[in-house]
Amino acid sequence: MTPSPVQSGPAGSDGDSVVRAHGLTLSFQTADGPVHALSDIDLEIGRGEFVSLIGPSGCGKTTLLRAIADLEQPTGGNLSVNGVPAHEARLARGYGYVFQAPALYPWRTIERNVTLPLEIMGMAAGARREKARDYLELVNLSGFEKKFPWQLSGGMQQRASIARALCFDPDLLLMDEPFGALDEIVRDHLNEQLLQLWAKTQKTVVFVTHSIPEAVFLSTKIVVMSPRPGRIIDVIEADFPRERSLDIRETPEFLEVAHRVREGLRAGHSYDD
Amino acid sequence: MTIEGQGAVPGLTARIFAGHAGPIAVVVLAIVVIWYAGAVYMNAPRQMDVFKRANADWGAVDLIEGTWAQDRPILPAPHQILAELKKTIIDQKVTSKRSLVFHTWVTLSSTLLGFATGAVLGIVLAVGIVHVGTLEKSLMPWIISSQTIPILAIAPMVVVVLGAIGLKGLVPKALISTYLCFFPVTIGMVKGLRSPDPLQMDLMSTYSASPWQTFWKLRWPASLPFLFTSLKVAVAISLVGAIVGELPTGAQGGLGARLLAGSYYGQTIQIWSALFTAAALAAAMVVLVGVVERVVVRAMGGRP
Repeated sequence: MTPSPVQSGPAGSDGDSVVRAHGLTLSFQTADGPVHALSDIDLEIGRGEFVSLIGPSGCGKTTLLRAIADLEQPTGGNLSVNGVPAHEARLARGYGYVFQAPALYPWRTIERNVTLPLEIMGMAAGARREKARDYLELVNLSGFEKKFPWQLSGGMQQRASIARALCFDPDLLLMDEPFGALDEIVRDHLNEQLLQLWAKTQKTVVFVTHSIPEAVFLSTKIVVMSPRPGRIIDVIEADFPRERSLDIRETPEFLEVAHRVREGLRAGHSYDD
Repeated sequence: MTIEGQGAVPGLTARIFAGHAGPIAVVVLAIVVIWYAGAVYMNAPRQMDVFKRANADWGAVDLIEGTWAQDRPILPAPHQILAELKKTIIDQKVTSKRSLVFHTWVTLSSTLLGFATGAVLGIVLAVGIVHVGTLEKSLMPWIISSQTIPILAIAPMVVVVLGAIGLKGLVPKALISTYLCFFPVTIGMVKGLRSPDPLQMDLMSTYSASPWQTFWKLRWPASLPFLFTSLKVAVAISLVGAIVGELPTGAQGGLGARLLAGSYYGQTIQIWSALFTAAALAAAMVVLVGVVERVVVRAMGGRP
């Protein structure tokens, strides 16, 4: 685990990059003048990688993820997703997005929530039901097809929203603090499940978090960000085996990576204001 | 000997007061008692005049009985109104002009027509306002100021103008109902169609859903609870609009016509029975909207 430059090369198996940002800036105009949410971001994410964006509140990690998803418009620089501009990637439904909250539609059953994207894409009803069954099984929610969201716990709802993001089989999964609102025990459990899912499906994952153990446990690459202006201050490669259990959090290698992340966060984060 | 029912069944009063029926009954009883007392108080002066003119000897009981049995009391007693309701609803053929069922139908038909067009107009306006930015700025002030004009001021104009071009009876009254009842629907639906949270909207963007899909799969279902709340208000004021529409022309049919005729001839009992019918009709329509709401909410997975 050697320190790598900010512009790290693709680490994916076949070398092509799924997300490529160069000199990316994004500022919001507010009443008090412009806010520089992202400043000069250079980032490459290779196929099959699990990349965590970590940093304190206001460091732009969610904004960066939203820019990749074409939910925010960058004010400068280049950003390509799946080899095309982010806007085209969105129109081509090139990614699945998991939000901080499950954002399930309360009037739809779990099954119909999961198949919502398929419905929009015009898949036939029979095929949709089949997909729902497969992906609900994948996130261990078999048997909950006919339930409504309020009948499920928060963790189950978030798993349903992951099934919804996966069901149309996008190569890229964008996750914005998906487990942030859940308690520690549920979170550990879902982290393990997510890792198995990632190993099983070979997706590229971009994962926003503010938890150091979560980032280190899940990732092949950890992008440390810092606020005012939002920027990348370190990119750390972590090559733990794909199949891993929560126990690796006790190993010296794990603690060393976690230490580097913490150092990076400390260096970039000035508490003088 | 049997031991049936021992200890297991609570007393009748206890059972009544366990639910809502007991408290409601007490309140209704109190209102009736106050009403009868009010009838004595309001009608006593005239009753004493009657006794004086007849040079009759009268006591307190005579006075009370008299005040509850006048032909044209200032405040009729409840049983007089009930008797009038029985006479005009049950004892008359429904096709008769004296039947309150006939008059109720005349008012109800224009209420329902006005309510239907008002609800559709309200929804269409709300959809336009939510989707087209300029419509909000250009339409909203007019929509709001339309409701500041007293309906009694424009109702005669509407009736007269439409009468001049040959539209009489149902349509002008329905139009006044529409004018009143589109407003709560528009206001409620604008709020309802905007009620999806940003994440739910973003989700649609990530699927690059068309505006049409976003409307039918997200905005519309999210707005339905707001719609039903608005419809309950709208259906009640739609009835008010229909009755107001019957007043200025001296219409021959409808609850409004009954109110007007009753006040011309001092037939207070007739006025009150028309009022009671209108209130019952409004309550029935609100309940009906509520039933539809409950069915829809259940189908949409609402919590029981």
